[in-house]
Amino acid sequence: MEHKKMSGSKILIESMIKEGVDTIFGYPGGAIMPAFDALYDYRDKLNHILTRHEQGATHAAQGYARVSGKTGVCLVTSGPAATNTVTGISDAMLDSTPLVVITGQVGAPLLGTDAFQEIDVVGITQPVTKWAYQIRRAEDIAWAVARAFYIARSGRPGPVVLDITKNAQFQEVEFNYQPCTYIRSYIPVPEVNMEEITYAADLINNAQKPYALVGQGVVLSNAEAELKAFLEKADIPAAWTLLGASAMPTDFHLNKGFLGMHGNVSPNMKTNECDVLIAIGMRFDDRVTGDLNTYAKQAKIIHFDIDMAEINKNVKADAPVLGNAKDTLPAVTAMLKPAKHTAWIDSFKEYDEKEYEKVIQKELYPEFGEITMGEVICRISEATQHKAVVVTDVGQNQMMAARYSKYSQTRSLITSGGLGTMGFGLPAAMGAKIGAPERTVCMFSGDGGFQMTIQELGTIMQEQIGVKMIILNNHFLGMVRQWQEMFFDERYSFTEMQNPDFVAIAKAYRIEGKEVLKREDLDAAIADMLKDDKPYLLVVNVEKKGMVYPMMPAGACVTNILLGD
Amino acid sequence: MEKKLYTITIFSENTVGLLNQITIIFTRRALNIETLSVSPSALKGIHKFTITVFATENMVEKVVKQIDKRVDILKSYYNTDDDLIHQEIALYKVATDKLLSLGSIEKLIRQYNISILEINDTFVAFQKSGHYAETQQLFDELSSTIGVLQFIRSGRVAITKSKVERLSDMLESLKKFEQE
Repeated sequence: MEHKKMSGSKILIESMIKEGVDTIFGYPGGAIMPAFDALYDYRDKLNHILTRHEQGATHAAQGYARVSGKTGVCLVTSGPAATNTVTGISDAMLDSTPLVVITGQVGAPLLGTDAFQEIDVVGITQPVTKWAYQIRRAEDIAWAVARAFYIARSGRPGPVVLDITKNAQFQEVEFNYQPCTYIRSYIPVPEVNMEEITYAADLINNAQKPYALVGQGVVLSNAEAELKAFLEKADIPAAWTLLGASAMPTDFHLNKGFLGMHGNVSPNMKTNECDVLIAIGMRFDDRVTGDLNTYAKQAKIIHFDIDMAEINKNVKADAPVLGNAKDTLPAVTAMLKPAKHTAWIDSFKEYDEKEYEKVIQKELYPEFGEITMGEVICRISEATQHKAVVVTDVGQNQMMAARYSKYSQTRSLITSGGLGTMGFGLPAAMGAKIGAPERTVCMFSGDGGFQMTIQELGTIMQEQIGVKMIILNNHFLGMVRQWQEMFFDERYSFTEMQNPDFVAIAKAYRIEGKEVLKREDLDAAIADMLKDDKPYLLVVNVEKKGMVYPMMPAGACVTNILLGD
Repeated sequence: MEKKLYTITIFSENTVGLLNQITIIFTRRALNIETLSVSPSALKGIHKFTITVFATENMVEKVVKQIDKRVDILKSYYNTDDDLIHQEIALYKVATDKLLSLGSIEKLIRQYNISILEINDTFVAFQKSGHYAETQQLFDELSSTIGVLQFIRSGRVAITKSKVERLSDMLESLKKFEQE
C-alpha cells in the first residue's frame, strides 16, 4: 500500500496521537521549531502547555502521569533545554514514572562539531533513562516513537528520551505507523512462576506474624483491589512506603501506617518483630530500612516485584515472586488459607498510642503557640473530605503532608520520593490538575522549594490551572535546619531565608492569595481557598523551628526511633 | 566478602551507545574494568562483550542484573575462571640484535609457544596467547633481559564449559513467544 509522504515533524505528532497522547508539556526553541510548527495544526487534538522552564515541563508531565497512569510527554529544544530536563528525567527514573521526553537536536551534519546548542543528550541521559535514542532520519521517527512509548509504560515504567535532529524533522518520507508490542532483548514482565507462588503462599500460611509492606508497584500495576483481597484473606497488617501512600485507604482496617525515616512508630517497630515480611512492589530504600544489618533479620522475606534487578539488591529475599502484582497477588491469594491474626494486629496499638500521645496530638491539635505544619495539613485534608490529590515539594512539608493527609482513593499522593527534588511540587501539581481536572489538587510546599520553580505561576496564570498552593512558611530550609539542630549542634549554616511577599507575587500573576498569621484565621482561609476551582495561593506562617517526628536517624536501626521531647 | 576475578559475558543488540550503557553501571559502583573485548557473536546482528572485573560475588550479581535490565541487552551472566575456557593474546616487539644476543631463540619459541609475525634488521614481532599469567611471564622475562620495545595484550575472550547454551536457549524461547 502507498502511504502519503509527510514531514518528520508531522510524523512525530501523528505518531504521538496514535499512542493516545492528548497533552504535551513543552517549550519551543531553535532545534525543535519544525515540530512546534507542525503542532500548530494539531491544536484541536493536542493540548500543549507552555511551562516557564523545561524542568517545570518534566515535573508537570510527571504529575500528569502519576495521577492518571498515562505516559507524560515533554517537547523541548536542544542544548540548555535538554539539560534542564535532566532533573525531571532522573526523578522519573527513580520513581518509576512513565515519561517520554522529546528533545530537538542540531542537524545531523553538525553532530559532534560543538554546533550552537548542541549537547550530547543521549550520553547525558543514558544513566537516568530506560532508553535514550537519537533519531537522525525521518524514516526512523514512527518506529522510535512507538518503541519509546512501549518502553516507557511497560514493565517497571520509566523515562525515555528521543533526541531528534532538525533535518529529520524537515525531511519528508512515507508515514506508516506500527505500534510496538515486542522487543526481543526486553522482557518487561517476567513470567509468573508457580513454584515461587506456592512457596510464598506456604510461608504466609505458616506465619504467626505476617506483615506486608506496600510500595508504588501496587499502584503502577493497578492492583489495589487485588492487594486488599490478599491482605483480608490471611488477615495481614500492612504499612506503606512514601510512594505506596494511598494504595490502601487510610481507614482500611489492615492499614497500619507509613514506613520509614519519618513514618509511624508501629510500622517501623513491627518490621523487626514479624515472622514473615511481605514486600510488594517496593525496593527497600535506605529511608525505609535504615541499617540493613539489623533489618528484619528474624523474618523470612517474600519480595513481590516486576523488576528482577530489585531482588536481593538491598535485602535478600527468601522467596522472590517475580511478575506483575496484578497477576502474582491473586495467584498467591488463591492458595492462602483464611486466617486471623488478631493478637498480632492488636499489638500495633501500643506503639500507635504512644506516637499519638508523644507526637501527633501536639502537632495536630496544639492549644497555644505558633501554627504547626501538621495542623495545616490536617485541616486541609478534612476540608477536602480526604479526597484531594496531595502534591508535595520536598522536606518537612513533604513528610508532614504524607503523614497527616488521609487518603480515600488511590493515586492521591504525588511526591518526589527517590530523588527528593526541591521545586517538584508546583509544576507537578499543575500536571496533576491537568491529568485529573475533576479532582481538587492541593500542593504543599516550603518557602524554599516554592522559590525553586516559582516561575510556573506564569503557566498557572495563562492556563488557569486550578491548583491550590499552600506554602508552609517557616523562613527556613526546615528539614536541613532540623538536622542542624539535631546533629550539627544548632549551627544553622545558611538555612535561614528572607522571603518575598508571596501573596503579592501571586497577585502580580493575577492569582488570588491570602496569608495566615494566626490560628483563628486558618479555617476561614482554607474555606476561601476551596470556594471554587481557581488557582489560589495560601501562605501559612508556621512555627519557625518545627520538627518532624518521629525520626529514625539515617543509617540507624529501624527500631531506633526518636520521638522528640 | 572476598573479591575475585569475574568474567561477565553480555550479548546485546548492535546499537550506538551500548558500550556507554554498560560502562555507566560499573562507574556508579566504582568498579574498575580489568579487560574488555567486544566483537560480533556467532549470531548475526548480536554483539558479545567479555568483561573481567575484580569484585565480590554480591556486587557482580547486582551489576549483571542491572546490565541485563537494559532494554538493548539480550542476556548477561557472570562466571569465575573455573567455569571458563579463556584466552588472551599478547604481541611483543623486541630489538633484533638484542634478541639474537640471547643465544637460543628456539628454546624461547618452544618454551613459550611463540609465533613469529615479522623479522627485519631492527625488530622482531611475535605473539603469544594464553592466560594473563603466561603472557605476563614472557613479558617479565624479556623486559628483564633484553628489554621490550612494545607490548600489547588483548582483553579476555572466553567460552563456558557448561553444557547449557544460555543465549541460544533464550532465543529459542523467544521464538516460541513470537509465534504465540
